[in-house]
Amino acid sequence: MAEVAEKAVKAEMSEQPAVAWRVRGVRRRSTRTWRLRTSAAITLAVVVAVLLVPPLVQLDEQAVDLASKLQPPSLAHPFGTDDVGRDLLLRCVYGLRVSLLVGVVAAVVATVIGTAVGAAAAAAGGRVDRFVMRLVDLFSSVPHLLLGIFIVAMFRPGVWPVVVSVALTHWLSTARIVRAEVLSLRSRPYVDAAISGGASRWRVTVRHLLPGVLPQAGLAAVLMVPHAIWHESALSFLGLGLPTHQASLGTLVQSARGSLLAGDWWPTLFPGLFIIVPTLAIAGLAGAWRERLNPRRRSELML
Amino acid sequence: MPWAAMARMAGRRLLVAVPVLLAVTFGVFAIAAASPFDPVKAYAGTGGLTASEQTLDQLRANLGVDQPLVARWWDWLTAALHGDFGTSLVMRQPVGQVIGERLGWSVLLAATAFLLAIVLGTTLGVLAARRPGGWLDRGVTSLAYGLEAAPPFWLGLLAVWFFALKLDVLPAGGLTDTGSTVVSAGQVATHLVLPACVLAVSQLPWFVLYVRQGVGDALEEDPVRGARARGIAERTVLLGHALRSGLLPVLTLIGSRVPELITGALLVETVFSWPGIAAATVEAATSVDFALLAALTALATAAVLLGNLVADLLYGLADPRVGFDG
Repeated sequence: MAEVAEKAVKAEMSEQPAVAWRVRGVRRRSTRTWRLRTSAAITLAVVVAVLLVPPLVQLDEQAVDLASKLQPPSLAHPFGTDDVGRDLLLRCVYGLRVSLLVGVVAAVVATVIGTAVGAAAAAAGGRVDRFVMRLVDLFSSVPHLLLGIFIVAMFRPGVWPVVVSVALTHWLSTARIVRAEVLSLRSRPYVDAAISGGASRWRVTVRHLLPGVLPQAGLAAVLMVPHAIWHESALSFLGLGLPTHQASLGTLVQSARGSLLAGDWWPTLFPGLFIIVPTLAIAGLAGAWRERLNPRRRSELML
Repeated sequence: MPWAAMARMAGRRLLVAVPVLLAVTFGVFAIAAASPFDPVKAYAGTGGLTASEQTLDQLRANLGVDQPLVARWWDWLTAALHGDFGTSLVMRQPVGQVIGERLGWSVLLAATAFLLAIVLGTTLGVLAARRPGGWLDRGVTSLAYGLEAAPPFWLGLLAVWFFALKLDVLPAGGLTDTGSTVVSAGQVATHLVLPACVLAVSQLPWFVLYVRQGVGDALEEDPVRGARARGIAERTVLLGHALRSGLLPVLTLIGSRVPELITGALLVETVFSWPGIAAATVEAATSVDFALLAALTALATAAVLLGNLVADLLYGLADPRVGFDG
């Protein structure tokens, strides 16, 4: 039996250019594990750095050391120093801390709004569902950064307006995902069983439908964090984000514009890299998570 | 060309656009009403600090701020329908004039960048899809993921540093050279290169990845296998068969990228001091110029709706099975 099977496999392999195919398959799996491990390592490093460095190494945002201003990257200052002599690596870590904090809070708020709206729309169905989905379409026809700029401009820049503006512009995709999931769960037998057992609409939604969509909502929340960081840094860059004493990565890029025009590239380059690398790491982790949730769909990094 | 069906679809979308624009402008007024922003103080500036209560009340009545939210919105709306969007506080001129002067430059920048992104993205996507897993594919996809994560303003600043300061081949910003007073086509063209390229590069990843996915999937399908079996040249198979069906999802992407294009233009115009609408938005926001912001938000919404319509029309033309029912 085994021989027959082997022969069949061999016959198949001789028909197709199977060798190349197989090698590629193996390589793809190894890149996948490599990608997952690198993403996990980077995310871990970022979290540890953000949590541990500020208590250990104090950075005085007001401190000025003009003797060592705008030094190019060296051993003492791996990222160089900024225009008043502060160490850029330290400032980037502090900036990442602010950006990440705003990003995570905004992503959580956006996901909670999105999940609640999406689940409510799908569970209520009918006219409510149609109305809520029109509302979602309405929100998505305003460019999100413009809406964010408008909100922040009206409420004066600061941490909370930024969080609110990010959350208010980013719940739409979560609402759509959660609604679609709930709609597909609603026709499952266990929901029918709960309804015929006399469970109320509220109980069915909270006890039977919501737990089913939590993994998807969690995934959406994780993917939302880079978006929120991106949005926050764009607002900060435009001067509508966080104040300079709570410098985020966007604020760092903004304040480095002067020295960039004088030809010093490092205060601009490194904060940007601090946005890109954690974003890719989070996207890599989210990709692996999505593969777990839905193994049949081919995983692509998605932002 | 099914002109009648296309016109019907455009007409239906126009009917949908009216309530959307009404709702968006009302939302803008509602946010402003809920915020601590006071138009009277903004209008009076530093003079408002010393002005008497009576003067402020008079000003309030003149500006119509003492009226309820709905009345203010309705006044603005009826005036806007007659072409009067109010007066911009920052620019000290009517909002319609501000927009009219700047719209052309923004459209020029965005259209150039969008075309560049589509052409470049299609080329790179097809090249990557030709050999999945090859070095070109891996290089292009990793670059695309990296660019997807990179903020456009950061790319713009680095481009300024490299091309304008280091190599000194392209101007760093503005529309014309600092000394000149006339706007000539050649000057605008050289000043357009850098912002348009940065905007295009920041939009590029989505096009590359979509085309790569679409063409890659199409290459696995039966029509392509049939074409190969008939001995058609690989070039024809790739461009004539796989690309044609692989481009369909890209058409939907064109519509959904318009908001992102506006977002990117906001940042890129700021970096390059491009005298467009997006730069005016940022100026209006930093000095809380409500009249200008409200008009610009409505304008951006209209642009997004228009983008969606164009994408759906293109899709209906490219794939007759879809039709013009949306």
